[in-house]
Amino acid sequence: MRAGDHYSKDQEFLLPANPAFIGMSLFVALMLNWLPWEGLWLALRPDFAALVLLYWCTHKPHRIGIGMAWAIGIFADVADSSLFGQHALSYSVLAFGGILLHRRIQMFDVREQPLQVFPLLLISYAVFAAVHWLIRGTISWEFFLGTLTSALLWMPLSMLLQTMRRTRNDPNEL
Amino acid sequence: MDNTQSFRFFNRGPTPVARLIFFALLSLLLLFIDARYKHLESIRNILALPIQPLQRLATTLTTGPGILWDQFSIYVDSQGSLASENAQIRQQHAVYAAQLLQLQVLQAENEQLRKYFDLSQHADFPVQMAEIVYLERDIFKRKVYLDKGSQKNVLAGQVVMDEVGVVGQVTRVYPWLSEVTLITDKDHAVPIQVLRTGLRAVVFGSGNISNLTLRYMPISADIQIDDVLVTSGIDGTYPPGLPVARVIKIERDPAYPFAQILCAPLAGVDQQRQLMIISGLHKLPELPPAEAKEKEPKVNKTKRSRQ
Repeated sequence: MRAGDHYSKDQEFLLPANPAFIGMSLFVALMLNWLPWEGLWLALRPDFAALVLLYWCTHKPHRIGIGMAWAIGIFADVADSSLFGQHALSYSVLAFGGILLHRRIQMFDVREQPLQVFPLLLISYAVFAAVHWLIRGTISWEFFLGTLTSALLWMPLSMLLQTMRRTRNDPNEL
Repeated sequence: MDNTQSFRFFNRGPTPVARLIFFALLSLLLLFIDARYKHLESIRNILALPIQPLQRLATTLTTGPGILWDQFSIYVDSQGSLASENAQIRQQHAVYAAQLLQLQVLQAENEQLRKYFDLSQHADFPVQMAEIVYLERDIFKRKVYLDKGSQKNVLAGQVVMDEVGVVGQVTRVYPWLSEVTLITDKDHAVPIQVLRTGLRAVVFGSGNISNLTLRYMPISADIQIDDVLVTSGIDGTYPPGLPVARVIKIERDPAYPFAQILCAPLAGVDQQRQLMIISGLHKLPELPPAEAKEKEPKVNKTKRSRQ
């Protein structure tokens, strides 16, 4: 019942996503990833780019797809000087998961979504770590802390993007 | 609107599965090429051109307020204190200039003496100052980026140090940046000598910022706590005699074939902002090919047969 309400509310209030807005949100997410994180903060850093990608993949699966995720992954690879294709592969897998499950995720209330999103993030992080392990033979487990913080950030982030898409549509709403 | 679009879902090009397979294969191909060969470095450099200024922007946005505050407080500083500071600095400068003259004399003398002893390998190394621009954001690696690149003749393989000891090695060079792998990076090896005994060994990074390990040292090896390790210069990559680390912990457990020796890097591997890049090392003569070794036993055999 509530899920149905949520879905209809989605249709009622949201603007069609502006390509400039999608691009801007992805750009800001990448810039957040590129802040000088260090030490424990680096381990705890949520992957902003992955989250925003996942948001658009679940809410606009026909606009943002695996190709876009792959391109952003290549940018992240160059910026982090990781191997070419490492981020790209993990983001592609994430985007695929998001597109495959976008109806299921949207069925849930925004408070219940983090639990649905967490496995997708975990798989994408695991792909990244697996590539690293295959090539360099080492793995550090604190890397996976990022999945937890990312899943926790999912709710505020998707609410923020949702409101940013809504306000222009209905100027009387707060 | 979402509904109308979703009816046309499968008409919009290939299915998600096909796309995933395509992009996954593309990524794997790139991964394979990048891990095995060096063909992608030029593409990486081109892509890095727009990305690196953005990264630098992100870094300055966070450190920016601090710098602004510094400038503000400098502005507020009274003129009197500046004048007194200036006088003090001038005095110091005079003292330093005198000391520098002495140093130049000593250097000249030293060089002459070295020429006598033909110790050409201990020549002075040209040094370039560089500043850390930003840090690696990959949790698996220990790397920093310096603001001098191939435009300033930095080459991959050059050694980076601070005023106390070795910090790392340049591993990748961009036009205006260079990537430095720290000696504490996992499995990064530095050939060293124990300063006290002259014992040669190789010290490895442990992946932990404050630790290095000496592997494969026999239990009976003559190493004590507080021994200083300096580069041996044997491989020709590191100049000889640079301090690297200090032994902090030794475990000689007879159950293991090797002693477990922990060292701490001497240089402030994670504390400095200004670092020195050492350039212009002497090229060592090439290692004689392995065939030369194989020939020797043959000679012996023929000698024996003759005997």
